[in-house]
Amino acid sequence: MDLNALVHGVPVSWYLVLSAMLFAIGAAGFVLRRNIITVFMCIELMLNAVNLTFIAFSHELKSVHGHIFTFFVMVVAAAEAAVGLAIILTVFKNRSTLNIDEVSTLKN
Amino acid sequence: MEIFFFLLFAIVALACALNVVLQKHPISSALSLVGVMVSLAVLYLMLGAEFIAMAQVVVYAGAVMVLFIFVIMLLNAGAETRKGGSITAQVLGIPALLAFFAALVFLITTYYPGLSPVKFGDFTGGGAREIGMKLFSSYLLPFEVTSVLILIAIVGAIVLARKELD
Repeated sequence: MDLNALVHGVPVSWYLVLSAMLFAIGAAGFVLRRNIITVFMCIELMLNAVNLTFIAFSHELKSVHGHIFTFFVMVVAAAEAAVGLAIILTVFKNRSTLNIDEVSTLKN
Repeated sequence: MEIFFFLLFAIVALACALNVVLQKHPISSALSLVGVMVSLAVLYLMLGAEFIAMAQVVVYAGAVMVLFIFVIMLLNAGAETRKGGSITAQVLGIPALLAFFAALVFLITTYYPGLSPVKFGDFTGGGAREIGMKLFSSYLLPFEVTSVLILIAIVGAIVLARKELD
């Protein structure tokens, strides 16, 4: 990869690598964090990383279909956030905790 | 010019994403996530996705994150306490993460080596008009099904979050 080519634009694979990094960070946070709200935010981070891949490939193929998929992902993520946060509210009301280690009735 | 803006916003996005995971307080995580979303919106704009970039700012950075912050404030969520934690996770966590990332990069560079460079203004088919034409012709059925999904989500959220009637 020479610098001369970089002047004429960023390779699409850089966007894909950025997306992979964001997804990996989101996945790590999903496993590491113990606060249920933060775990939820890491899911949103992973969804955003996937959206970036869709848009990058849409640019590569010069097609608008990837944009439509991203649009649907956004809509479903908004619906998911509404229901998920309502579930978090109910969990907090019943258990008075946000720590996912203390919400393990199904595990035991 | 493209490379400057790409690197700037990619670094901001990565730093904010790391901050989401590393911060102990949920409010700090939420504000960092707003940073990730706004910088991703700029990257979408560079890729020619004008409508999606605007929707990203309005829907994600606006509506969804306000909902998150509203719930954090409502529940008065404090800094999380770390205790326990399996030894396996502590030892293998970072290597597993790096291996996962390396596998993704390997797949990308193996299967898509010769992708064309992104130049601002190369692709202009991402405006509201083009998206609307496609959405209301080829993707009409998924669009309508999504509206039903939103309706179900609204009803579900209200049923879950309402006060129990005694």
